[in-house]
Amino acid sequence: MKKKGLPDLFLFFLVLYLVLPIIATALYAFATKWNSTVFPEGLTFQWLKVLFQDADFIQAFGRSVLLSGGAVLLAFLFIVPAIFVVVLYFPKYEKWMQTIVVLVYAFPGVILAVGLIRTYSQFGVPMILAVLGAYVISIFPYIYQGTRNSLRNINAKQLLDAAELLGASKLQAFSKVLLPAVYPGLFVGALLSFSILFGEFVLINLVVGSRFETVQIYLMEKLSTSGHVASAVVFVYLVLMGILTLAISILTKQSKGLVKS
Amino acid sequence: MFFALPLVNMFISSFTDSDGFTMNQYKTTLTSSYILQGFKNSITLSAVSALVALVVTLFAVYAMMRFSDPVRERILVMINLTSNFSGIPLAFAFIVLLGNSGLFTLMFEKWGIDAFSSFSLYSWSGLLLIYIYFQLPLSLMLLYPIYYGIQQQWKDAAALLGANTIQFWMKIGIPVMLPGIVGTFSILFANAMGAYASAYALTGSSFNLAAIRIGTLLSGDIFAQPELASAIAVLLGATMISAMILSEWSIKKTRRNL
Repeated sequence: MKKKGLPDLFLFFLVLYLVLPIIATALYAFATKWNSTVFPEGLTFQWLKVLFQDADFIQAFGRSVLLSGGAVLLAFLFIVPAIFVVVLYFPKYEKWMQTIVVLVYAFPGVILAVGLIRTYSQFGVPMILAVLGAYVISIFPYIYQGTRNSLRNINAKQLLDAAELLGASKLQAFSKVLLPAVYPGLFVGALLSFSILFGEFVLINLVVGSRFETVQIYLMEKLSTSGHVASAVVFVYLVLMGILTLAISILTKQSKGLVKS
Repeated sequence: MFFALPLVNMFISSFTDSDGFTMNQYKTTLTSSYILQGFKNSITLSAVSALVALVVTLFAVYAMMRFSDPVRERILVMINLTSNFSGIPLAFAFIVLLGNSGLFTLMFEKWGIDAFSSFSLYSWSGLLLIYIYFQLPLSLMLLYPIYYGIQQQWKDAAALLGANTIQFWMKIGIPVMLPGIVGTFSILFANAMGAYASAYALTGSSFNLAAIRIGTLLSGDIFAQPELASAIAVLLGATMISAMILSEWSIKKTRRNL
């Protein structure tokens, strides 16, 4: 049994290590006083209330949603069609797509921020647009993987051919057959991208700074002023991430089910 | 346009100053012991955190493989949730646990355990804990499919031919997985090299890391030196690319040996 016990112990500690900070932060968000005792002295909704009555937070939240959502939307308008065309009709160009993926991984936000500032500060382009553009590119890997996998799963090419043989026009085949089939996969990519951008801090902080206060920047400011409010922010953030993660996992299961049936 | 152009521009700008072409930025970078130390810190921190995460997840995934499917799915969903828990929210969570008046800090004081009194979250060891935290989920997600590739049939076949578990892993399992493990390590390494938010939230710009140096030179706590920032960024990018190339090369090499 000993041989089996060791890996289990590792797993147990790993899960513990990952969950503890989350639980502690959540507790802190509801604690009345907690700075001299091991456990909080009482529980309260006060901090969340303070947070949701703070117009700054609501605005910051709105900005985050707008920025992340906008980037995802733009990616879907411009990048997804391009991925469709390349995967379906020009497989030889997939090399380029893979290259972009590697590049995005190789140049993290810190490096990209330098480039953006050097490039766009001279042209008088509003920096927030530069960041938005960079966001669109930086979620490319997730959207690309999601789209490509769903196209592969349903044998998109054959599916389109079959639809056209049965008398559908190209447009009909696309909108009536292909899109409904890959929709769950696309949606997962969108949710994943959104949750990643929602937590992004480097670009927005270095390139735009507090002129466009997102949730992350708001949180950074609160770190030094009120621990309880900061933990309430983190708690809200975690709840949102939890909802997104659950949605992603449920959708992934569903899309797998679709393929099997 | 939003990606290639800025990078090219950055590359050019790293060779310029007010009078045109120069190598001075690199000279400054490579002779400044401060910047070099930042690189050294970044590399050590990234390598150690990647290694720890890798070893822990290797065992953890092995343990996970013996659970039933639904249980595994549940663990994966939970790990997925933590994989988005990084940057500033994560730094804050660790302050709650281990900061100056953190939960554990107080607990150890109460129990009179002095071993941790020398520990500070705002130092090298604290950063390491946080880096390990955000490496773990990523490492698990990357290793999971690799373990999946080791088929039960192989184990059965090896067992039939008289190999015991240890022999199976030494002769078959590990060699098959090695390219994936090396690849995972280099992705983890690159991931940590580029991390900025957690360290920034925790120590501002006081702890010397390459990514933090870039940030300070850009936003100019004292005075902004974007050209110098460019040079450091180019070098950091080069480190990343080397890590990626190294992993590709080792994967090819291991495949040949199989």
